[in-house]
Order: sequence, then C-alpha cells, then structure tokens
Amino acid sequence: MKAHFTINGEKKEFEFSEGEVLLDLLRRNGYTEVKGNCYLGTCGACTVLIGGIPRASCVTLAAQVVGQEILTVKGIGSIKHPHPIQKAFAEKGAVQCGFCTPGAVLTAYALLKNNPSPTVEDIKIALDGNLCRCTGYIQQIEAIKYAIELIKGGK
Amino acid sequence: MEGFFKYIGKSVEKIDALALATGQPLFTDDMEIKNALQIKSLYSPYAHAIIEDIEEEEALKIPGVKLILSYKNTPQYLHTTAGQGWPEPSPYDTCMFNRKVRYVGDRVLTVAAETEEIATEALKHIKVNYKILPAVFDPEEAMKEGAPVIHDEEGISGVYDARRNLVAHIEVKTGDIEKGFRESDVVVEDTFETHYAQHCPIEPHVTITYLDEYGRLVIRTSTQVPFHVRRIVSQVTGIPLKDIRVIKPRIGGGFGVKQEIILEEICAYTTYLTGRPARYLYSREEEFISSRTRHPMKIKVKIGAKKDGTFNAIKMYALSNTGAYGTHGLTVASNTGSKTLPLYNKAENVEFIADVVYTNLPVAGAYRGYGATQGYAALEQVVDEVAEKLGISPIEIRKKNHIRSGETSPIFRALGEGREGVTQYIQSESLDRLIEAGAKEISWSENRRKKTGKQSKVRGIGMAMLMQGSGIPAVDMGAATIKLNEDGSFNILYGGTDIGTGLDTVVAQIVGETLGTSPDKVIVYAADTDITPFDKGAYASSGTFVSGGAVYNAALKLREQVFEYAREKFNEFDTKEFLIEDGEVISKRSGRRISLSEIAYETFYVRKHQQLMATASFISQSSPPPFAVHFVEIEVDTETGQITPIKYVAAVDCGIPINPELVKGQIIGAIVNGIGYALTEEFEFGKSGKMVNPNFLYYRIPSSRDIPEIVPIIIETYEPTGAYGAKSVAEVNINGPIPAIGNALYNATGIRIHKTPYTPEKVLKALKDNINK
Ligand code: FES
Ligand code: FES
Repeated sequence: MKAHFTINGEKKEFEFSEGEVLLDLLRRNGYTEVKGNCYLGTCGACTVLIGGIPRASCVTLAAQVVGQEILTVKGIGSIKHPHPIQKAFAEKGAVQCGFCTPGAVLTAYALLKNNPSPTVEDIKIALDGNLCRCTGYIQQIEAIKYAIELIKGGK
Repeated sequence: MEGFFKYIGKSVEKIDALALATGQPLFTDDMEIKNALQIKSLYSPYAHAIIEDIEEEEALKIPGVKLILSYKNTPQYLHTTAGQGWPEPSPYDTCMFNRKVRYVGDRVLTVAAETEEIATEALKHIKVNYKILPAVFDPEEAMKEGAPVIHDEEGISGVYDARRNLVAHIEVKTGDIEKGFRESDVVVEDTFETHYAQHCPIEPHVTITYLDEYGRLVIRTSTQVPFHVRRIVSQVTGIPLKDIRVIKPRIGGGFGVKQEIILEEICAYTTYLTGRPARYLYSREEEFISSRTRHPMKIKVKIGAKKDGTFNAIKMYALSNTGAYGTHGLTVASNTGSKTLPLYNKAENVEFIADVVYTNLPVAGAYRGYGATQGYAALEQVVDEVAEKLGISPIEIRKKNHIRSGETSPIFRALGEGREGVTQYIQSESLDRLIEAGAKEISWSENRRKKTGKQSKVRGIGMAMLMQGSGIPAVDMGAATIKLNEDGSFNILYGGTDIGTGLDTVVAQIVGETLGTSPDKVIVYAADTDITPFDKGAYASSGTFVSGGAVYNAALKLREQVFEYAREKFNEFDTKEFLIEDGEVISKRSGRRISLSEIAYETFYVRKHQQLMATASFISQSSPPPFAVHFVEIEVDTETGQITPIKYVAAVDCGIPINPELVKGQIIGAIVNGIGYALTEEFEFGKSGKMVNPNFLYYRIPSSRDIPEIVPIIIETYEPTGAYGAKSVAEVNINGPIPAIGNALYNATGIRIHKTPYTPEKVLKALKDNINK
C-alpha cells in the first residue's frame, strides 16, 4: 500500500506492505538515524516521536501511523544547529558509541516538552526504555539536566 | 597537572559526539548499498552432531536465492576467530563452516538472497541430516576419561590435550606454596563460580562487503580489529591480502565481542564468489546464541596469612569453560592469574593453575575485564574472609599486602598472554590514597552494617581492590602518521580503533598538546587498512596507551621536523629553546616566531618542497596497571531476596586522565555493566544446551532505573612510560561489582553466595540455609 506520513515536518509518500514496521520503512527510505534491531520494543534504539510521544518504531506498524507526525532525531537539530539536548549530550560525555543516542535524545526531548523541570527520578523513569550499554546513564542524566539550563537560558 | 598542560587533562568534547547525537549516517549499516545480497544463517539445533547431509536443492530453486554456503563448498581452513595478533595464542580449531557442529547455535550454513525475506524463507526449505552425538555441558565432566571428545578433527593445533577436551593447561609457581601455607597462622580457602554472560553492544555485529571499481574487496564492518580482519579473512578465504580493504566506520560498542571475526569471512566470501555486494547483520537473538560470551569459571582461592595480616601464600585454581571453540581460552585464563595475583605481591609463595575446557555450550571469547573479572570475583571475597578470620579490617589487610611503586611481582614475568610474560616494576601507583578517598566517600566504618526503617531491609558496605594492564607488552603494536596542512591543521591517520570509547578525541588532544595546536584543528582519520598504518585494534585496554603512544611518537617526530625548519629559517644553532604553542614555533632565545601555517605554505610551495609528516610506531615492554578501589553500599530485602545497590564509589588511578569526562564515562559504564553481570544478566540453558533467553526481556541488562548513585573519584598519578603520563582505564572497573557486592552482602546479612549472579532466589535460599545452620 501507499500512504502519506509527515516526517520531520515534511510530507512524504511511501509504499509499504501491510505487516511492515515503521523502523524498516524509515531505514529503507534513508532515515538511518533511527537505529535498533531487537524488534521487541526492548532496547529503545529505534525510538521516534509519533505525535510527540516516544514510541518504539520496531513494534509500530507503518500502517498504524499513516498521516501522523513522525519526528526523528534529525528533526530536532543538525550538526550546524543542534538542539540544546543534542549539544548537552555531546558536551557532557553522554555520547560514547552513540548508537543509543538518537533514541535517548528523542526521549529526553519528549520529556522536557511535557515537563520542563523534571527531577532526576523523572529522568530515570523516562529513559528506562532506552538501553545504553556504554555510559551507565549518569552522564546522560547530567546532560539532560544541563540541557534544561541551556533551554531556560535560551541557548 | 592543571595549568601545566593546555589540552591534556581537559574534558575536550568528544569529536564525533555531535555528529552522533544528530543522527549522521556513521555506522556500518547506515550506508545505502544498492543490490546487496542479504545473508541469513541456519544454526544447529543440537549441541553435538555430525552433519551427514544438507539437502539444499529446493531452496536453491526459490527465485532470488543466490548462494548457499556450508562446509561443502567453502575452504576447510583451520583457524581461530579470536582476532588476535599473529601468531595467535588461540587454537586453530574451526573452519568457516564445520562439518561437525558443537553447540546449539553453531552455524551450519548461510543463504545469500535478494532480500532478507527470501533468505529467511529459503532456510525453511533446507533439510539438514544430523548424526547426533552425546554432548557434555559440565567442564569437570568434559575433562574425564570417556567424555565425548569435542574436537577430534584432523589437523587442529594449539590445543593442549584434545582427547580430554583440554584447550589449555597453565601452571605457574613461585616460592614454595606448601611451605607457605604451613608457615601461615591462618589459611582460608573458598571456591566461587561465575556464569555465562554476553556483551550486548546495542549495535549488533554487522558487515557489508562489495567490490570497488578495481575489483578489490571492501569490507565495511563493525569490528574492533580491522587489521586482524584483513589478515584473517585473507587467511581463511584465500583472497590475497592486497585485494582486501577493511574500513572501520563508527562502532556501536564492542566490549570484546567485536574482536571476533565471525561475519566478515562469510560476507567477504559471498561477495567474492558472486561479485555482488553483501550484507550480513546479526539479530539480537543471534548475538546471544551465536556470537561470543564471557568465559564462565570456577575459581578456588587459598590464602595463607600471618597474624599481622601479611599474606604468605596464595594459590589460585581456575577452571574455565571456553564452550565449543577455544577462542581466547588460554589468554583469558592466563589473565585470571596475571591481572590479579601481582596486586598482592607481599605473598612470596604463589601458585596459579588453570584448566581451560571445551564443552558443548556457546563460545566464550574476549569480554571487557578478560578473565580478571572472574579472578577478582573470587580473590577479593577470600581476602575479606582472611581479614575476618584475623579480626583485621578489610581495608587494613589490603593496605598491608598491595603492590607499591618501585615493586614488582614474579607473576609478571612468569605469566604472560598465553606465554611467558615480561618483568615489570610498578612506576605509578596510589592504592593507599584510592582506599582512603573511597572509604571516606562511602562513610566506611567498622560498624557499617545498618538497619533501615523497615524490618526486612538491611544495609551493608563492601569493597574490592583491582588492577588491570595497559596493552599486551612486547606484542601489541600501534602506528600513526601525522601531516601538516597549510592552515596549521594536522591530519592523523592511524589504525587505532575507537569503538565508542573516545580514543579519536584522546589522540587529537595528544597531537594538540605536542604540536601546540587546538585539538579542533586535528582531523582524525582512523582504521582503514588501505589508508592508515597498522594498529592491533581495540582490546586489552590498549587504546590510550598503545595507539595513543604511537600518535605521540609520530607527533614528536613531526615536531622535530617543524623545529628544524624553523631553526634554518631563524638561522639558529639548535632548537633547544624552541617552543610550540598556539600554532606557532617560538625561539625563546631570539624571540623569533613563525606560524605552523607559514611553515606549511613555505614547505609546500616556496622552499624545501616537502610534506612535513611523520610516521611512528609504539610498542611497550611493560603493561602499566591502572588501579581501582571500589566501595558499594547495598540494601538487601530479606523478604524478597532483592539486592539494591544504593551508592557505588570507584576511586581510580589511570595515570594522567587525558580527558576526565571520557574517563568518567569509562568508569561508570564499566561499573554498570559489572552490576548487571553481578545481579541480573545470565544465560539460561535448556536441557539440550540451548540458550533460552536470547532477548532483553529475559536477559536483563541494567536500565536507567537500575543504577545507584555512582561516584567516580579520579586520583592522578604519572606513568612515565605512557604518553603524557596516561595509563588505561577501559576494563579495570568492570572487575569490582561482583566482589564488592558479595562483600557487602556478607556485611549486611552474614551470607556469602558462591555462584553468580546474586539473584533474589539465591539470596533467599542462602538466608534460609544460614538460619538453619
Ligand atoms: S529495535 Fe525497537 S526497541 Fe529495540
Ligand atoms: S552510548 Fe553506546 S549504547 Fe549508549
């Protein structure tokens, strides 16, 4: 089948099969910033925002999200104009291998949209679905706290 | 060192961090490759069997199926997948495909097809006839007379005694161990068992191969060892080495598992035979059942000590289960002794014995900590037991017995990486300071066991002392080339393999410091076998020390050339009083100065007509150990058996931390990985030897909610053999959680669990047994 999606603000039309998951559709069409391959919703590397809510794209059928707003990590900032969360992750040692980073950054983005002043506990709960094998999470949490300052300071 | 260095000791932003955080296509599988064949594999459902026949005709008829590879049509070249330097200390006991399968998950064949779906479908139409053989899962059973012989094939080499399934046997003795025990006031012996675990990099193994415009084979792969990949793929497939190019893009974590060559040779051979690009990607399940794991061990430690706490004799016996193939078998077991026993060098009588055994279980390999993790799991708990028996505090007994600067241990020489080691004297060490700083942060006291508000919950604090190494001495080499550009920037071309650790940033800092240039003017290009010089790759905590050492040596050489040019220009006799800073060479004597940019322009276009560049290598005769002392406070729920780490303190000496933020990340990451290993991560096996929990639902690695407060304390020392005083840091901290938590559990409850992981079931059972005692 064929249908429209809005990805990072751009309207796109893609062909896909009934059973295809969003992760595969996105990667197949060049959105390689969406990582992951557990296909069980257990690692969070494939996180995208659908209507602003973090979802595991590996267990989301493309057919289910037709017409919806999908945001990948490229939709919130770029190397030249990074989002404060991306900047904070880079500055605070929250990126080691970086494979979990797009998912973690998007989760943080959704968290701060809903709750601009989360506690450490809130951050931990939000990040629970984004496994990271490298950092041990502390620097990710510190980065998110720092991003809050950057956002408040208008940077 | 604050103020002394400009770029060393500074938390320079990781040079690839922003690109990664903004989702640039940097990983192996992010490259779009048109018309690639997709490879899928079939695995043995039996733990031990001979393949009698493979019926593949039906599958080959499916449109889109291009190639089926198995033992029938691939070179039967015995080798090791270990990805080590040459000649490898691991046995040559496997082929690309074997006729005999030796564990559930052993690869039987691969299908290459136009799409993943077709390849998967084709697997269902292949019939394999097996002759099932008796299997053995217990390493002790495997060594016995009459046990099934797992490797009875012709021509294997490097195996100690194949008929007894004995991959390696290690025996090292110094002093007189029995006399040592006789002359001790107390002797304590205990045995601990560690379990199967997997590295779980979030990016699994993936390889892409294609022929370039000249028909040469390009391998783009998630590897820790690009140069070993080139050598081993050539060795196994027969493709000439000169026709292979290996490219290492960004790697999504490795932790040892990507040191193995397990996809590259098959992917390469598929492209070689078909002329088509190929892609071979492991699923999470395959990562668990068919890649590599940590060697489970059973370790017996016996310590004899004098009344005052001084160790007199230490004996360690390790029985290591390497699974179906012997990759890293010998060397991991060597490290169980060589990376632990020298820490307690006051004992003059030391014996280390290890047996490494084949079983019909998944293949163990290199995993961060590399045998030391298993060794410390036992050793550090027995040290606490000795202290208790003597009525000395765990802190005092360690202070009394640890190795110090200027000292050595006979074990360094006696026990190397599967062969004799090298004598080395410790030149940087601050264990007493580590102990004190850590104890203070955790509020250590003799009465550290605490009740909590809740009846059922008790708290305890435990500690562990640790060391590792920095590279493999006299074996591991790294090399680098640096060149100067017209704007005063530099290119580094080196074989060092950053797998997420930040090594590329560290070497940019080293060049920045040495050549007086901001690290953001240092462009790092790493690990491409066509372009960069050789490097052994990322393992054995060698990144900063060995690869960094190579870059440092090249930078020094290039600085000489730059100085020499400036000297001629300034018309001075020597370069003794030359400085290089902020992109300029300055003669302090004459006050004259010239910028690096001017030097480049002049040497390119005006005089000399020469590219200023230098290549250098690094090999070390020693492997300076980083040290760490860990403290953990845990809460034990005596009703549920749940252990919850509350606060974890790691005091670490890695020499000069070139980039403290990155060092912090290595410390915390290793600790959290270690906590997962200590508490939740475990392979579960069915009766047939099948791993039955191959996903993150049932194999639980820590998430953000599982972590305690973690306080890394970095205490600087200066290691004279390392670039800018640095030692390694990547591995040492994974060794702490098992013994520290084990000791804390004892402190809290009086129970000691002799088999990891410390699950609620085991804790409850031990508590019950303790009451019934
Ligand atoms: S790939 Fe979607 S959660 Fe792992
Ligand atoms: S940074 Fe490697 S998995 Fe998170």
